[in-house]
Amino acid sequence: MSGHISPKSTYYAIFGALMVLTGVTIAVAFVHLGSLNFPVALAIAITKATLVLLFFMHVKYSSRLVKMVVGMAFFFLLIMFGLTMTDYLSRGWFTGPYGTTSAGTQVTITRTPAPVQSESGH
Amino acid sequence: MPDAVALHAEPHGHGPAHAHHPAQKHHFQTLEQQAEAATLGMWLFLVTEVMFFGGLFTAYLLYRVWYPAAWSEGSQELNIVLGGTNTAVLIASSLTMALAVRAAQTGFRKSSITFLLLTMALGLTFLIIKFFEYREKYRLSHIPGPNFHFEGPHAGQVEIFFSLYFALTGLHAIHMLIGFGIMSVILWMSVKNRFSPQWYTPVEMAGLYWHFVDIVWIFLFPLLYLVDRAHNVA
Repeated sequence: MSGHISPKSTYYAIFGALMVLTGVTIAVAFVHLGSLNFPVALAIAITKATLVLLFFMHVKYSSRLVKMVVGMAFFFLLIMFGLTMTDYLSRGWFTGPYGTTSAGTQVTITRTPAPVQSESGH
Repeated sequence: MPDAVALHAEPHGHGPAHAHHPAQKHHFQTLEQQAEAATLGMWLFLVTEVMFFGGLFTAYLLYRVWYPAAWSEGSQELNIVLGGTNTAVLIASSLTMALAVRAAQTGFRKSSITFLLLTMALGLTFLIIKFFEYREKYRLSHIPGPNFHFEGPHAGQVEIFFSLYFALTGLHAIHMLIGFGIMSVILWMSVKNRFSPQWYTPVEMAGLYWHFVDIVWIFLFPLLYLVDRAHNVA
C-alpha cells in the first residue's frame, strides 16, 4: 500500500511543538490581555489542532477529496457557531412595536422561577 | 483474514489468475482504492463527530457570552495542574499512536505493538487522572443538581458552567473509553499478525479516531481550565 510514511523526526518535532504550545497557552492564561485572552487561547488551540490534523492524521498527504471533507467539517462548524451567535448577539438591538422583550439582556438564573412579566401588548 | 479466504476459496474460484491480498474485498480493484475508501469513510464519520461535539461547544460559547463572570469563577475551580498534565499525557499518546501507525506501515510489528501498548497506557493514565478530578468535584459539591453548592454571587450560573464542564469532559471521556476498546482490538489483530506494509488500514483508522479525541481535548483544556483566569487574578 502506498500510504505516506513520515520520518520519525517529523513526529517528534510535532510533539515538541504541541508541548511548547501547551506551555505557552498556560502561561498566557495568567497574563491580563483584556478581551484578547480568549482569541489568543483559541488561536493557539487552532494551531495545535492543525498540526495534529496535518501531520499526525496525515491530511497533508491525503487526497484532495479527503482534504475537502476535513475542511467541510470545520466549515459547517463555523456556520453553526456563526448563525447561532448572529441571532443571540443581535437580540435586543431593535425594539419591537410593543416594546422590547428582555431577550439579549443578561439574565440571572435564580433557583425559583422569575415572575412572569405582566406588560405584554398582546 | 486468512481463515475467511480459505473458507470461500472454492465458491468463487480463487485461482492463480484471481490472486489478491487476503484483506482485499472483491468490490475494490486494488488495496490502495480500498484504503482510500476507508479513509474517506472514517473522515465522514469524524465530520459527524465534529458536529456532535460542536453542539456542546455552541452551548458553551453562548453561555460564556451571557455569563462571563460566572465562567471566570467556574474556571478558577478547575485543577490546572491535573488538566495540564492530562493535556501532556494525551499529546504524548498521540505521538505513540502516530509511531504505532508508522511501525505498522514499515512492518515493524513488535515496535507497533509496543507503541499501541504505550498509547493504551497513556489513555488509561488520562482516565485515572480524570477520575480523581471528578472525585474532587464531587467532594466539593460541584456536581450540578440538587446538591450543587458554590459560594459566590453567580452560583446558579456557575452551575451551568459545571454542567457544560461535565457534559463536554464526560463525552470526551466516553470517547477515550471507546478508543481504548478500539486499541484493544487493534492490539489483538497486531498480535495475531494481521497487518503488513501492504495492509495496515485498521491501525491507521484507529489512529485517526485517537488523534480526533486528542484534538477535542486540545480545545477543551483552554476553554474550560484557562479561560478568563487572568481576569480574576487582577
